[in-house]
Amino acid sequence: MKGEMSIIVKTITKLIYGFIMVYGFYVIVHGHLTPGGGFQGGAIVASAFALLVVTYGNQGVNNYLKKDVFSLVESTGLVLFIAFAFFGLGVTFFYNFLANSGGLFGNPAIIGVNPGDLNTGGTVPIMNIAVGLEVLAALTVIILTMSAASEITKEKEN
Amino acid sequence: MSPMVAFVHIAVLVMMIIAAFLAVILKNLLSAVIALSAASLLLSLEFYLLHAPDVAIAEAGIGAALTMAIFIFAIRATKK
Repeated sequence: MKGEMSIIVKTITKLIYGFIMVYGFYVIVHGHLTPGGGFQGGAIVASAFALLVVTYGNQGVNNYLKKDVFSLVESTGLVLFIAFAFFGLGVTFFYNFLANSGGLFGNPAIIGVNPGDLNTGGTVPIMNIAVGLEVLAALTVIILTMSAASEITKEKEN
Repeated sequence: MSPMVAFVHIAVLVMMIIAAFLAVILKNLLSAVIALSAASLLLSLEFYLLHAPDVAIAEAGIGAALTMAIFIFAIRATKK
């Protein structure tokens, strides 16, 4: 199939693309504790999808990575973000109503040096997850569109 | 800044200049794109040494990975 890379690139891609995705989701979920957040983690996950598209070509990933599905994920992230902004409207827009509530992400933050409690932050981790979904889907849609456009340009020139 | 840290900074910057120069003079387009990506990756290392890990992750994700993917699609559309 045209537009594919060599067997070396394919083997390395099969080995590492899962690890890149897991690292990206780790950066998204730990956005309120460690460097990085929704945007950076989403960019890392999108780079794993870009690796797949570069290695297997546009036709190789057509059945697995669909533009409509990623567009839906992008819209879901944006709706989640604005919905949690409006849920705090009892006090003010973007009010952190989950912080210190004892429920989801509701533990009080620990003072001083500590290994980090993931279950803190209130709506901040949820906002990070929403932004992460939005960014990974949007960048993957950009990559898929560029790949399809390069195939069309090549067919036109030949 | 200790001399050791200053040496690491200068070494990273010199390698960045070499990579950027290679990106200009290499005739093979794929090699030139990989040299540009190496320059971007060294820039993200420099951001990390300057205590900006947030910017370093964004630079490594966007500058090194996604830009290179888009350049490779552009190269695939060209004729040999």
